[in-house]
Amino acid sequence: MAEIKIDCMGKNCPTPLVETRKALRKASKGDVIDIIGDHPASKKEIPIAVASLGQELLEIKEDGKTWHIRVRKVKE
Amino acid sequence: MAERATIILHSGDMDKVYSALIVGNGALSMGMDVTIYFTFWGLQRLKKGGLEKGKLSKMNMLGLGRSMVKSRMAKAGVADLEKLMSDYKELGGKIIACEMTMEVMGIKKEDLRLELIDEFGAVGTYVNDAKDSKITLFI
Repeated sequence: MAEIKIDCMGKNCPTPLVETRKALRKASKGDVIDIIGDHPASKKEIPIAVASLGQELLEIKEDGKTWHIRVRKVKE
Repeated sequence: MAERATIILHSGDMDKVYSALIVGNGALSMGMDVTIYFTFWGLQRLKKGGLEKGKLSKMNMLGLGRSMVKSRMAKAGVADLEKLMSDYKELGGKIIACEMTMEVMGIKKEDLRLELIDEFGAVGTYVNDAKDSKITLFI
């Protein structure tokens, strides 16, 4: 089970959301996607997308303006 | 079957092409199926070398406003239209080119970026897709 890192620092809407979706499509079941970014709206929207895709949200961490979101691919 | 979003892109203005591709990419990211119909001025943006050619819908000021918005977008970390388009295609977004527009405006298939286009269609194709869509937009 791989851990896939995506760096979206400095990227605006909709890039963090799109990169998350691209990574989830490529990942295998069980893989974890680890996204880091600083665009505020994406921090709210990535969890919404994860829920509507039926994937598992593991963690949301914040450090000042920077956020960290971890998602596990649980279904194809 | 996934929920669908269907967008008509009638405008060829730069900012509106952004809107269509951003909404399209957002819907794909949420797990929806998306189709964008490029028609009238929008179809001009599918010509070879045409995607980034649109003017700004307001305050274009002979291209000055457009350049300002472009540079501010780059500074804010907004992806350019080519990147949004390649993401859209990578996530499985569909593109339909309007055949009637091609005829009226004298656009030939070889003028268009065929690698982006999934289908050539007319209003019936749009209505058939739109009637089962959760989101339909005219831009």
